Amino acid sequence: MELLLIVLLGLLYAAGVYMILRRSMVKLLLGIMLLGSGTNILIFLLGGITKGKPPVIDENAKLFQDVFADPIPQSLILTAIVISFGLTAFAIVLLKRVYALVNSDDLDDLNTPEEEDI
Amino acid sequence: MIDNHILAPVFIHLFSAILQLVAWRKTVTQRFISVGGSFLGLMLAIRLFTKVYNNGILTMNAANWEAPFGIVFVADLLSVTLVLLTSIAGFAVSIFSSTGLNRQRMLYGYFPIFHFLLMGLNGAFLTGDIFNLYVWFEVIIISSFVLMTLGGRKAQLEGAVKYMAMNILASTFFLTGIGILYGITGTLNMADLSIKITQVQNQYLVGITACFFLIGFGIKSAVFPLYYWLPSSYHTPPSAVAATFGGLLTKVGIYAIIRVFSLIFVLDTFTQNLLMGMAIFTIITGALGALIKTNIRRLFSYLIVCHIGFMIGGIAMFTKIALMGTILYLIHDIVVKTNMFLIAGVIRQLRGSMDMNKLGGIYKEYPKISLLIALVLFSLVGIPPLSGFWPKIYLFQEAFTQQQYVFVAALIIGSFVTMYVIAKMWSEVFWKDVPKDVEVENKFEPLPLIRKILLILPVGILAIVTLYIGLNAETIVQLVDKISDQLINTQPYVEAVLGKQN
Repeated sequence: MELLLIVLLGLLYAAGVYMILRRSMVKLLLGIMLLGSGTNILIFLLGGITKGKPPVIDENAKLFQDVFADPIPQSLILTAIVISFGLTAFAIVLLKRVYALVNSDDLDDLNTPEEEDI
Repeated sequence: MIDNHILAPVFIHLFSAILQLVAWRKTVTQRFISVGGSFLGLMLAIRLFTKVYNNGILTMNAANWEAPFGIVFVADLLSVTLVLLTSIAGFAVSIFSSTGLNRQRMLYGYFPIFHFLLMGLNGAFLTGDIFNLYVWFEVIIISSFVLMTLGGRKAQLEGAVKYMAMNILASTFFLTGIGILYGITGTLNMADLSIKITQVQNQYLVGITACFFLIGFGIKSAVFPLYYWLPSSYHTPPSAVAATFGGLLTKVGIYAIIRVFSLIFVLDTFTQNLLMGMAIFTIITGALGALIKTNIRRLFSYLIVCHIGFMIGGIAMFTKIALMGTILYLIHDIVVKTNMFLIAGVIRQLRGSMDMNKLGGIYKEYPKISLLIALVLFSLVGIPPLSGFWPKIYLFQEAFTQQQYVFVAALIIGSFVTMYVIAKMWSEVFWKDVPKDVEVENKFEPLPLIRKILLILPVGILAIVTLYIGLNAETIVQLVDKISDQLINTQPYVEAVLGKQN
């Protein structure tokens, strides 16, 4: 399981970095999203994976007597997913507006000279 | 000491933002709520500041979960000082934007978002939990995205793409760092981390994590190889927005670097050299950029980059005197940089342009306003006894003691170029006559008196704060002395959060 996640993590990061380095705006956005997913899996992986042991205490016991899954990485990932959802939604709208104004998907075209209407 | 009032500066902005959302599209009501809310926020910040100054570090456990298990908010002297400065700058910008912004932007929710931004800033300064810091950073960047794009002009949106991409990338780096840090220590509480990090076997992994944090915060605070987004986006939004960004957003990055590298990571020689190199190049590239720009706000953007280098250099040396220099500069920089962008807004109102080639003759027409602005410019350059002068003494002194002569040279170049560009700007904008072929569009003259006052008053308030910092330097230095003591010796911070250690 760990090995699989590590490979997936590497793939996501590599693909994300590759996409960010492309010149297209849409690919930039996809790259950022892939990097974000890679980070989430990284947190999950480094939090330690415990299979089938939820952190619920037995009714009779007062303490945890077994190895149990750490709930914190999952809550961190959940928060990060929600945040990146919001950011991505905003970014998509922004890129759409920019595309409508500039009429190009190339990041190098985003250099309109100084406008004075501020 | 536990105190629930720590969060008051955060909540006041949350409440005023919500109230403004209720008064959607009623711009007059929103303006009153905004100015009132910022004023209350300032009062609460002063109250919190005096409390912490007199009683020492205050903490608050969210939902009463004991540290290190729950989220903890900590108000130490550095945090409350920055909260106080944020509130002062926020109050001034709030007054300025009540008249210096066109109505269209207000209709689409400028004021609520502005208060969400201030809430995020205050939260970031007060939190004692590294993941919570990440969440506050996200609150800050999402509000700043909206502020940056509000209005929807082409140049604005183009600047926003660069700004958005780099800031999301910075957050990803930061989150990756947090993930690794949690993996190797199993805690997120900053005070707890500072204990646990020393017990980690594999110290190389700690070094790598530190680099992730450095890159993440480096993008946010605009240091040398990572600053390109700043000059290409900060000149696009309206001046009131640019003032908040220029004064406060990059400084959160600096705050985070100071906090993380004083509390969690111990600076080793490699990181120190790295930071020092970054500082030197930041100063020089920022200065070179400022030299060639003719648009005032682009020039100011490069000056922000240049002066970030001064602070990073102080952090790199990491001794008591160097930190005093850094924090004194931070205090000075927040006030002055906010004011610079407000001044750019005033100049635009007076002349309808921000291009130095099309400006001129302001001193002749408005000598009083010009003198007020001159005071701020002198302070930025660092003419004694104004506020820009004192931090440089400490930075120079410590750089000489540690024999960092390259940094000394960079400091001299940075200060000299700042003086040169400001002198150039003064003669071009204020002294020179208006060029013959340029038609002046004076939006300031037809305004009613009350709106004129509202435009100039915030510049005046911030100028008085600058003057106070400069003339009352002894008190400020005593404060900064205490702050850097807390940063060098983190024991009181850790004890305040976790209780007495055995």
